[in-house]
Amino acid sequence: MTSLLEPPVTSAPPKVGRLVDQFEKGLDAPICLTWELTYACNLSCVHCLSSSGKRDPRELSTEQCKAIIDELQRMQVFYVNIGGGEPTVRSDFWELVDYATEHQVGVKFSTNGVRIDKKVAARLAASDYVDVQISLDGATAEVNDAVRGPGSFAMAVRALENLSEAGFRDAKISVVVTRENVDQLDEFKALADKYGATLRITRLRPSGRAVDVWDELHPTHEQQRQLYDWLVAHGEGVLTGDSFFHLSAFGGQSGAGALPGLNLCGAGRVVCLIDPVGDVYACPFAIHDNFHAGNILTDGGFASVWKNSELFRQLREPQSAGACSSCNFFDACRGGCMAAKFFTGLPMDGPDPECVQGYGQSALAGERTVPQSSVDHSRTGKRAERRTPAAPVPLTLLTKPPAKFCDENPLAGL
Amino acid sequence: MTAPGATAVATAQFDPGATWRLHPQVALRPEPFGALLYHFGTRKLSFLKNTVIVEVVRCLGEHDSVRDALRAHGIDENAERPYLHALRTLADSHMIVPA
Repeated sequence: MTSLLEPPVTSAPPKVGRLVDQFEKGLDAPICLTWELTYACNLSCVHCLSSSGKRDPRELSTEQCKAIIDELQRMQVFYVNIGGGEPTVRSDFWELVDYATEHQVGVKFSTNGVRIDKKVAARLAASDYVDVQISLDGATAEVNDAVRGPGSFAMAVRALENLSEAGFRDAKISVVVTRENVDQLDEFKALADKYGATLRITRLRPSGRAVDVWDELHPTHEQQRQLYDWLVAHGEGVLTGDSFFHLSAFGGQSGAGALPGLNLCGAGRVVCLIDPVGDVYACPFAIHDNFHAGNILTDGGFASVWKNSELFRQLREPQSAGACSSCNFFDACRGGCMAAKFFTGLPMDGPDPECVQGYGQSALAGERTVPQSSVDHSRTGKRAERRTPAAPVPLTLLTKPPAKFCDENPLAGL
Repeated sequence: MTAPGATAVATAQFDPGATWRLHPQVALRPEPFGALLYHFGTRKLSFLKNTVIVEVVRCLGEHDSVRDALRAHGIDENAERPYLHALRTLADSHMIVPA
């Protein structure tokens, strides 16, 4: 690569300050971009962050998706995390994966494993630029299926077996840590080792359908400590998506015990989400009108939304941390997760609901209103039913969108 | 999945007297604070935290040695230590390789 700039005359590099401060002001393009290709899903996990189930008739076409990939290439977004819904049920899924990797946009996709048969596993093993992440929320079928639905454990393990047999190295097993599975961390690690995979554990956020189950499923205060200690002892080689930065305050005020990673909320600054209809949200856990930055189709493309959205501009300004700013541990947790606060009905300038100093617990005990999801593609809209995951629904690859918005059946009109 | 350049090749000893260059699978994205480096083979991300080191890294391959590249950017012997440290770190993670 040839430099177009004259070398600076001074030998003293300009001080830019801490990287975290730079990141809070936002980057020219996201580092970590999540792109959910469809709201259609064969499963109905109780904690689905995108309330997925039915395909949305407005979902982006193949050509629209390719135009976004072209834009990501121009912006040098190095890779995208593709999810859904279940992204592999899109009939153009592999075409889009190939298109992205041919355009210097690496792909990591999340799947429940439904389409990872031996043939697909062999194809994946042959590619250097595609990474696969299998979701699993219990190290046993009993714990997993209670959250993800009957048969989902067996489906995920079959996918892992197929990948391993095909010679695919270093798949990811992606676990959302809950009250029910926090005691299984060693078992998850053993499972990952068995299949030559890497364990990735992330925080349960009260987003999407999880708004209804978070109270019962999120780890208790004692479990948070247990999780922190486990990460300190075994975290080497375990990925966390930087999602446990609220636990860093367990490490003391100096920040010395902070968990590895950026330890900041990157929403709208270094991360964002593109949803299946081209709506851009501040982060994957913030699918709600309040965090809607714009739409790729109607607001002049992704780069324009990223650079010019009023919401993102606000997020890149210094944030008011309210009472948290006077806490001795503020530098360790920086107020925690925006989405976790919002979807538990806590103020944005207050403590994280899982604040390790206990300020979240007292805030949760006070008066609060949990916001209703403004985007919901669940197959059943009835909240009580959403708490019990249904058995997998067979989905046929769709080549055209459902005829009407209100079509309950994703196969209607075909 | 395989990670070319990462697992197959052992880390080369970092010699500032030799010519180095960006790994062919590494992309550099300028940012206001410096730049991001991304290695498509190892999927590792690195940060260059000032604009001088960005320019040095960009043109490493055009000089006979790493030290020549530093001098061309006005970094003399007294100032080179942090730069050599940064470049050694990049060599360890295969972001830069012997030319």
